[in-house]
Amino acid sequence: MIKLQHVSYNYQRQEVLTDISLSFPLGQTIGIAGENGSGKSTLLKIIAGIQRPRKGTISLDEESLTRRHAADIAYLPDMDLFYSYYTTKELFAFYASQFSDFSIQKALEVAKFLEVDVDVKLKKLSKGNRGRAKMAATLGRNTAYYVMDEPFSGLDPIVRESLIKGLIRYTNMEEQSIILSTHELHEVEPILDQLIVIKQGKVIAQDEVEAIRFKTNQDAVSWMKYVTKEKVN
Amino acid sequence: MVGEGGYEMTQDFTRDKPIYSQLVDIICGDILKGNLQPGDKMQSVREYSLEVGVNVNTVQRVYRELESMRLTETKRGQGTFITTDEGRIQHLREDMKVELVNQFLQSIAAFGFSREEIVHILQRKEGAE
Repeated sequence: MIKLQHVSYNYQRQEVLTDISLSFPLGQTIGIAGENGSGKSTLLKIIAGIQRPRKGTISLDEESLTRRHAADIAYLPDMDLFYSYYTTKELFAFYASQFSDFSIQKALEVAKFLEVDVDVKLKKLSKGNRGRAKMAATLGRNTAYYVMDEPFSGLDPIVRESLIKGLIRYTNMEEQSIILSTHELHEVEPILDQLIVIKQGKVIAQDEVEAIRFKTNQDAVSWMKYVTKEKVN
Repeated sequence: MVGEGGYEMTQDFTRDKPIYSQLVDIICGDILKGNLQPGDKMQSVREYSLEVGVNVNTVQRVYRELESMRLTETKRGQGTFITTDEGRIQHLREDMKVELVNQFLQSIAAFGFSREEIVHILQRKEGAE
């Protein structure tokens, strides 16, 4: 379990995250949604152990989480040009050199499932194929947590659908968890257990997506619009 | 077997109900229509999850629900099978009919129609076919 308690983060004088307390148990897919600039990316970096909170604590299985835990958490950054001069295969070799849990064999299998040509340089690939290559590299790692910053952003519906299926196929919900931020809530909702909505650096709502439907007769998209509007004033 | 690349269309869901209950309805429909026959082996949770593009945990709940409705049986080490108890399926058929009619009556009431005028249309449609 990853646990954040009263986490705040500011960039110079600007408050990016304010007093965030959240828990991420194993065995779930958890979505984080919010407008651009709401603090999603910073929150994910803190969860992945890449950034330290200015205030508050973050722990992994009761142990204070630090950069060392990068080894326990696979992080997919929201960057388009990602080692652009590498081919996908070279990217995998690089991952293998960095992470002892990385399996080239699994990464190649995911790449095949996602139909990525692993011998082409990343910069020569289409945006959709780069998104797939990134996903294959991330899923090639065998970690308890996958933290993914906008894995579907800017990709067309067919690519999004194949990535979503890749996530189902190549993770094990008995012993792993996925934490991802997304704007494509309608398409992602079926694979989510929970949804967290953040706005201006604060968690404004959190619930299980099936419970949202059960209680409100609305899907996650309508619910998110509703809770986001509620909290304006 | 699910195709490579996952290009087949995933299931579309309505907005107003939990996804697990929509999947339960779909499978019940398949049982009633005979697409799933008594004794048929169901896909594993993982396979079905991939086919419909839905979280494994949600699909697990679907399978639990079907089991508690006694529409399926899990045999240890072999998988999940559609019940061979025909009475159970007959029961589902009756329940489903009543549920559909109840829903229909509710929508009629919501629009303020009387049952008589609706029955009249139903009979006319019957005659025309």
